[in-house]
Amino acid sequence: MADLIYLDHAATTPLSQHALEAMMPYLTKEFGNPSSVYLPGRKARNALDGARETIAAVFGAHPDEIYFTSGGTESDNWAIRSAGCFSGTRNNLVVSAAEHHAVLHPAEAMHKNGCGLTVLGMDRFCRVSAAELRKAVGEETALVSIMAANNEVGTVMPVAELAETAHEAGALFHTDAVQAAGHIPLDVERLGVDMLSFSAHKFGGPKGVGGLYLRRSVRAGPGQLGGGQERGLRSGTENVAGVVGMAAALEESCRTLNENSVKISKLRSRLIRGILEIPGTVLTGDPEQRLPGSASFLFDGISGEALVLLLDQNGICASSGSACSAGALEPSHVLLAMGYSEDAARGSLRLSLGAENTEAEIDTVLKILPGIISRLRSE
Amino acid sequence: MKKKVLVGMSGGVDSSVAACLLLEQGYDVAGVTLHLYNNEDAGLSKARTCCSLADVEDARSVARHLGIEHYVFNFGPEFRRDVICRFADGYSKGETPNPCIDCNRYIKFGKMLERARLLGFDSIATGHYARSEFDPTTGRWLLKKAADLTKDQTYVLYPLTQDTLAHTVFPLGGLTKSEVRKIAEEQGFVNASKPDSEDICFVPDGNYAGFLENVMGLKQEPGSFVDESGNVLGQHKGLIHYTIGQRKGLGLSFEAPKYVLRKDTASNTVVLGDSSKLFSSGFLAENVNLIFAENLTEPTECEVKIRYSQSEAPATLFPLPDGGAEVRFREPQRAVTPGQSAVFYRGDTVLGGGTIRTAKS
Repeated sequence: MADLIYLDHAATTPLSQHALEAMMPYLTKEFGNPSSVYLPGRKARNALDGARETIAAVFGAHPDEIYFTSGGTESDNWAIRSAGCFSGTRNNLVVSAAEHHAVLHPAEAMHKNGCGLTVLGMDRFCRVSAAELRKAVGEETALVSIMAANNEVGTVMPVAELAETAHEAGALFHTDAVQAAGHIPLDVERLGVDMLSFSAHKFGGPKGVGGLYLRRSVRAGPGQLGGGQERGLRSGTENVAGVVGMAAALEESCRTLNENSVKISKLRSRLIRGILEIPGTVLTGDPEQRLPGSASFLFDGISGEALVLLLDQNGICASSGSACSAGALEPSHVLLAMGYSEDAARGSLRLSLGAENTEAEIDTVLKILPGIISRLRSE
Repeated sequence: MKKKVLVGMSGGVDSSVAACLLLEQGYDVAGVTLHLYNNEDAGLSKARTCCSLADVEDARSVARHLGIEHYVFNFGPEFRRDVICRFADGYSKGETPNPCIDCNRYIKFGKMLERARLLGFDSIATGHYARSEFDPTTGRWLLKKAADLTKDQTYVLYPLTQDTLAHTVFPLGGLTKSEVRKIAEEQGFVNASKPDSEDICFVPDGNYAGFLENVMGLKQEPGSFVDESGNVLGQHKGLIHYTIGQRKGLGLSFEAPKYVLRKDTASNTVVLGDSSKLFSSGFLAENVNLIFAENLTEPTECEVKIRYSQSEAPATLFPLPDGGAEVRFREPQRAVTPGQSAVFYRGDTVLGGGTIRTAKS
């Protein structure tokens, strides 16, 4: 088999060499616990603080507003569950139906425990509108959580406008930026967000580490209790190597963001153009406002699961829908919320590109895919 | 080149050993677990540990142990359409359907072989206790009972087509259950002592009526128990609660025991009568699949099995112009139940089978 063509960067990205090199000392000789007072401990502490500064600078935040976690899901859970701490009188959450389950499920759990919950719909392009949000927020709203960019279809949300709308109603605003961080510019001041979740492995960092930006003025409860690490809000010995790798990867992806997004968007446009020539195909998500690497489609009358397995046989890594706990692929809740039928949503394909993809790889996909689609349709 | 075979792995001991034996026989083996329903769809609590999830984990553990690839295919919508909905339809028509047979026909063999071919496999395999062999004189693939007659599963395999039989391997056909368990123990499989599954998988508590009413929304109207002359004997809770031959749980008492003879959907009545009235001389079968021959051309002697747990009865098959068959027993048989499958045997060979449409008195 030829080399793998990896087109699932929205699932995870390859670890950047730069990040790996930054991590290596902390995986080997620099093993100290950042809370220890002796030299190895102080070295680890320095590495952690340096990483915090790097990440804060990327997001235009203060270092003391960056909290390290185990990843996007933990950050989202923490942000949502904190909503109850913000104000005694406000007891309502507003989220969009496009959110990742890492936001939806804790929101539903809060709702079960008596918190109000409004789930905003989206349009056919997966856009959440500020006008809709305005109707949903009020003096009872504690927190609005809307993602910066959708993981299934790549639509970039009007976060600044949405955050402003939330603030007008006196509510706080959280954005799940797991899919967006490192891929589009994100500045917490310009966006006006109060909380922002990110995850290292979506931008060339290692798995199992992420963070939450928490504005100084926000009084969130602790995400985890224990030894008092992360300013007492997220206890547990820090993942020093992971955090250092995350900072290196984030700094690198933001340094190369302009150059890479031009390159990646060009490849993506080539891919989209080619795939839309296959009859019975639609592009899902916003045609304009989308992440540079994101190309997502629906093919009439096929099973996305079979499609992904056949692409796999051809050495192409792609995804369709989301895997349930058993590992089977289920139609994406996002496509359903965008108004597609369950049948249509089963025929979905998500290709997400990264900087290491080449034109030759895109052309290989365009050569192989039409044959696979017509074979599946003839079954 | 090694033949590529995709083995269906339920997470149970049988299919795990099947995968192991295929490897020993020199096949290029991959395993697949079919994801057929979610607990919520089956009316099971979401909070309860998902049994199908545990099964997938067991299958994955065995596959990892054997060093083979493992896939999960989601055939949920197909399972709902071709198995669960047919099950509900059958009950709503007053029949007693057997969903495992539809699952084999449409999903476990139908969809799985289709998907296996798509992915470049030569054959599929399952852990069923059955044997298949090619008969050079007739040019047909035959389905035969397992060596372990107490475990034989040919009753649920009669819908297999010639194409399916030609592309299916049954590695356990020559083994007994205890031999299979022994292999699983030797291999250290996590599921070596897992009990056999018995109930319908999507109704694990066996409460079909509850499933049909609460999950499938099958509305049940109470109606009358009547005798054969139409005299009302009492009130019933709805037709789906009763099955042909049932005596207990009617909520009525009689001087002589009375049994469910028939269910009439038009009048919403359950007809009760004496045990002697439960016996039928034969029945009409539809959806007949023949394995030993392309068509039935003449009356054919055979042994018929009219439910999974029953031994065969001698009978003669008569071809019907619509492709169905009329079955006449040598001796009248008890509780011939519309919707159940009838499987025709000659010795250890499965001639074919069909669905019982109407019993003949």
